[in-house]
Amino acid sequence: MNGRRSDETVEQVRPGTAHRERDAAVTTAATDAARIEGLLPSQTPLQLIDPQGRPTAGHGALPPPEALRRLYRDMVVGRRFDTQATALTKQGRLAVYPSSRGQEACEVGAALAMREQDWLFPTYRDSVAIVSRSVDPIEVLCLLRGEWHCGYDPYEHRVAPQCTPLATNTLHAVGLAHAARLKGEDTIAVVLLGDGASSEGDTHEALNFAGVWNAPVVFLVQNNGYAISVPLAKQTAAPSLAYKGIGYGVRSVLIDGNDPAVVYASVREAVEGAAAGGGPTLIEAITYRMEAHTNADDASRYRADAEVQRWLARDPLTRLETYLREHDLLDDERAAAVQAEAEEFAASVRERMNQDDELDPAELFEHVYARPTAQLVAQRQELLAELGNQEDA
Amino acid sequence: MAGALNAALADALADDPRVLVFGEDVAALGGVFRVTDGLAQRFGETRVFDTPLAESGIVGTAIGMAMNGLVPVVEMQFDAFAYPAFEQITSHLAKLHNRTRGKVALPVVVRVPFGGGIGGVEHHCDSSEAYYTHTPGLRVVAPGTPADAYLLLRQAIACPDPVIFLEPKRRYWSRESAELTTNGPGIDSAAIRRAGTDVTLIGYGGTVGTVLDAAEAATAEGWDVEVIDLRSLSPFDDATVSASVRRTGRAVVVHEASRFGGYGAEVVARLTEQCFHYLQAPILRVTGLDIPYPPPKLEQHHLPDVDRILDAIARLQWDDHV
Repeated sequence: MNGRRSDETVEQVRPGTAHRERDAAVTTAATDAARIEGLLPSQTPLQLIDPQGRPTAGHGALPPPEALRRLYRDMVVGRRFDTQATALTKQGRLAVYPSSRGQEACEVGAALAMREQDWLFPTYRDSVAIVSRSVDPIEVLCLLRGEWHCGYDPYEHRVAPQCTPLATNTLHAVGLAHAARLKGEDTIAVVLLGDGASSEGDTHEALNFAGVWNAPVVFLVQNNGYAISVPLAKQTAAPSLAYKGIGYGVRSVLIDGNDPAVVYASVREAVEGAAAGGGPTLIEAITYRMEAHTNADDASRYRADAEVQRWLARDPLTRLETYLREHDLLDDERAAAVQAEAEEFAASVRERMNQDDELDPAELFEHVYARPTAQLVAQRQELLAELGNQEDA
Repeated sequence: MAGALNAALADALADDPRVLVFGEDVAALGGVFRVTDGLAQRFGETRVFDTPLAESGIVGTAIGMAMNGLVPVVEMQFDAFAYPAFEQITSHLAKLHNRTRGKVALPVVVRVPFGGGIGGVEHHCDSSEAYYTHTPGLRVVAPGTPADAYLLLRQAIACPDPVIFLEPKRRYWSRESAELTTNGPGIDSAAIRRAGTDVTLIGYGGTVGTVLDAAEAATAEGWDVEVIDLRSLSPFDDATVSASVRRTGRAVVVHEASRFGGYGAEVVARLTEQCFHYLQAPILRVTGLDIPYPPPKLEQHHLPDVDRILDAIARLQWDDHV
């Protein structure tokens, strides 16, 4: 890949080390130049498989065949899940759904590159990544179904609640990862954010904290071109979003976000580097959201159909499928089996989402404080009395 | 009081290896008010450490650390400097426990020096309690005495809920000999600091001293004044405060923060709902003016003082004082 600082991958992991290292670095221009070189992203996005499904030369090794086949499987299932969720909004089963169609390489690539003990910090658009992390899809959709804010236990699969305010999850990831180092745990955090979130203050504070603390965090920016309707050109004047890491001393990588192989390999390399004490990495993945921001959005008001068509030709699923077939890693039978698996997954989601669970209004009061307050105990009694009266009437 | 807070932090750090203290200037400098003096030297820079100057970053990373089993106690340098952290406090610190159906607990303490009376320049003297008390999921406490500063901070650190810990700046240097102990009223409780029969004065944080002085001065006018130190602003100790007002039939709420939409409005509303038939007079508020915190040479006009409190007591419809 593009040159991790190999001599620094096993550096001491105590807080403050990076700072002293930097103090020393400013004393020699030569060290400075090498350090800057180590932080810089490439000029063009790294690729391992090109849009025609051919391996590219000189960008590093492809992930092993088993990893590629798992990527394919999870991407097919992920896309089917995404389509199913979109359909559920039309039936009124989901209040809203932000599709990630077209971003499956990032979603699945990131989730599969992580180790079991690592934490994922997703946003509201990252349902496919969470599903790929083996969280029950019904629990993933709980937020969008309107039954509760987070439907899964974050500790069970080490997935933080989907974050709706932009960029705030970046700081949580840095805190959790830094705590892991303080506790001596072999755990790192991968945080997902978008191009819009890269403009928020918290992203900058998180990159700065991560750099100063040498925290084991991977920032994966899924640059899908638009923050709702605002295009990248109105979002930033930087040559690329990957440059946002450099000012904070965070190694930065620019990749093709529609190439599942390069997403997987880059995130895996950053995860392993962070786990070995190499500190944080910012990865900008150039991708595209094929659908509107959510089902409530009209994307035709801000982007041309020709642009969408151009990106359809870069579909990450087609690209991986072409590569796998041409390298005898996938045949019709196997593809059909994966498709059947995806259909079964979607059917199960559909069926389970058609059940109306009974919600307990008393639960509204249960999780506000770990120790219930007298005021909430009183309000709980008031609400239950009110509901009892309604039933009597 | 600064010494009592320092002792509370030191004892909490010694008792529980999960406790961390961080913020800007808390390590080598010991905090701008010296509340963290000597802690980094004693406990090392992995337990007590300086952060970059970024309040949202301080609270946001504290949330992640708490998710991973640590107990962060973070410092906001001054009240108004905490505003960049407001989103992290209201959207995440207050809500993660709720959003995750109780799976994630955030035992984070955010220490915020608050209020004026120290001749500070702009943005250094805000009373921001109403912003925090209006947010479900947060506990908001404010000690009024050095002994209680120790007790309340130990309770706040031991509490599984996030706590906004408001430290009255003007009381940092108050010197009262006090035994520092973890025995005392619970974190949800108000305390009666002075018993009386004619009127209940209600204060917290920086106004506790003023209210006690006013109660003393009122004796000369013939009023026997009870003083309540709220300690816990959220949740509110209805039982203790209502019982007092029912006994006395009169009440005055005192705080430095602006009046309109202020914390006192909540206190008055609750007491009116709970004690209306016991009241001899409307409950009055003595508060700061409805202005941004004034420049130091004019702050005495803004801050509630003994005279203003005595004037308020005099307006409580006393037949025998007309």
